[in-house]
Amino acid sequence: MSFKVVVDYDLCESNAICMQIAPEVFEVRDDDFLYVLAETPAEDQRAKVEESVQRCPKQAIAIAETEGEEE
Amino acid sequence: MESIAIVGASLAGLRAAETLRAENFAGTIHLVGDEIHKPYDRPPLSKQILSGDWELERTWLTTDEKFDQLDLTLHLGDAAVALNVEELTLALASGETLDVDGVVIATGARTRTIGAPMGGVHTLRTLDDAIAIKQAFESRPNRVVVVGAGFIGAEVAANARGLGLDVTVIEMAECPFERSLGAEMGAVLADVHRDHGVDLRLGVGCQEIVGDEHVASITLTDGTNIETELVVVGIGVVPNVEWLEGSSLTIDNGVMCDSTSLAAPGVVAAGDVARWHNVHFDETMRVEHWDNAITQASHAAKRLLHGESVGPYAPVPWFWSDQYDRKIQLAGRTTDFDTFEIVEGDIESRKFAAIYGRNGVIVAVLGFNRPRHVMRYRGLIDTKTSWSNALAAEF
Repeated sequence: MSFKVVVDYDLCESNAICMQIAPEVFEVRDDDFLYVLAETPAEDQRAKVEESVQRCPKQAIAIAETEGEEE
Repeated sequence: MESIAIVGASLAGLRAAETLRAENFAGTIHLVGDEIHKPYDRPPLSKQILSGDWELERTWLTTDEKFDQLDLTLHLGDAAVALNVEELTLALASGETLDVDGVVIATGARTRTIGAPMGGVHTLRTLDDAIAIKQAFESRPNRVVVVGAGFIGAEVAANARGLGLDVTVIEMAECPFERSLGAEMGAVLADVHRDHGVDLRLGVGCQEIVGDEHVASITLTDGTNIETELVVVGIGVVPNVEWLEGSSLTIDNGVMCDSTSLAAPGVVAAGDVARWHNVHFDETMRVEHWDNAITQASHAAKRLLHGESVGPYAPVPWFWSDQYDRKIQLAGRTTDFDTFEIVEGDIESRKFAAIYGRNGVIVAVLGFNRPRHVMRYRGLIDTKTSWSNALAAEF
């Protein structure tokens, strides 16, 4: 089982909370846009990404479970 | 521990429930809430709901499926009326009594208002409040008067201007937002509103709201009378603690907790209602921010399950406010700051980050459309970085 980070860019307003929680996965750059650095992060990032999902003020982040062999 | 009652079914209450389950608590969780609605998100109420950008359904905090998975025993539309701290029993308005092993107090706060209820006079806290104000906007009132230039009032004003309505904001203080941002930055934000056509009146309060069944005008403390069909009062909130008055808990502008969010053995509190000693700032505080409701609820739930080992709850508070095309974010505490510096951008463009220091340490960062910098400096606040090192940091 692995997971994929899904960002709804219509909702995202670059509050950058996710970047603080999971800097390995999320980065807000100088253009003030959010970039997902790891779309299918390692399993040890799951807790941080889950916290990012919870604490995103726009509820713009979701986790999609994927079958491991896909990537 | 076999059963836990969470009192308050909003953001903190829901996140407490989610944390309890995530921490493998398999017992009964009662969720008590005085509103009939399932947990919904409040920030959009003064933003996307008022502007009309979002349908109401988008404010639900969770999906039906995830909510069902939490396996909660729901008591919605029912209020807690008393807590016996020694016995850990909770009395509900319906007459039911819950006998539990742990209690999470997350009853939040309610708006302060002025005078008796009158048509066209609103406060903004709940989903129903937002719907009522949105409908009032749609009826195109001759003028919207916002009483109180706090962040809710400012967002209401910004959305009303966005819909082309005439807006007057009155504020008792000479400088709006001073308490949260300091005088200098408060003045910058005040100018943003003036530039968007808000008639901002400072140093005056509301003397009287005039009308019969519906508001017709408002009289200010300087004697001025302003005709208006819609008044939104945004003069802050009071914590919902009255139901605890007979209990042995210490109530002082909120439920007093220790530094770990524990109010009494088996009782924790979180969110707008909780007052606790934040050891990071060595300050006893009650924080009304969205993010704090989440993080404190999570901490409090763990405190209840795991005891003292979870340690103190010592966050760097953070909030955001969307006004016009500005995203304003503040992390940390500006209380008694003694130094201040613009570290990125400039005030003229209204895209900047500014940091605040106290006793040689960075304690807060403010951003206007600078979320990345706010989060970077928030990290420095977290680690109690010295003022000189914070100034030298490059992001």
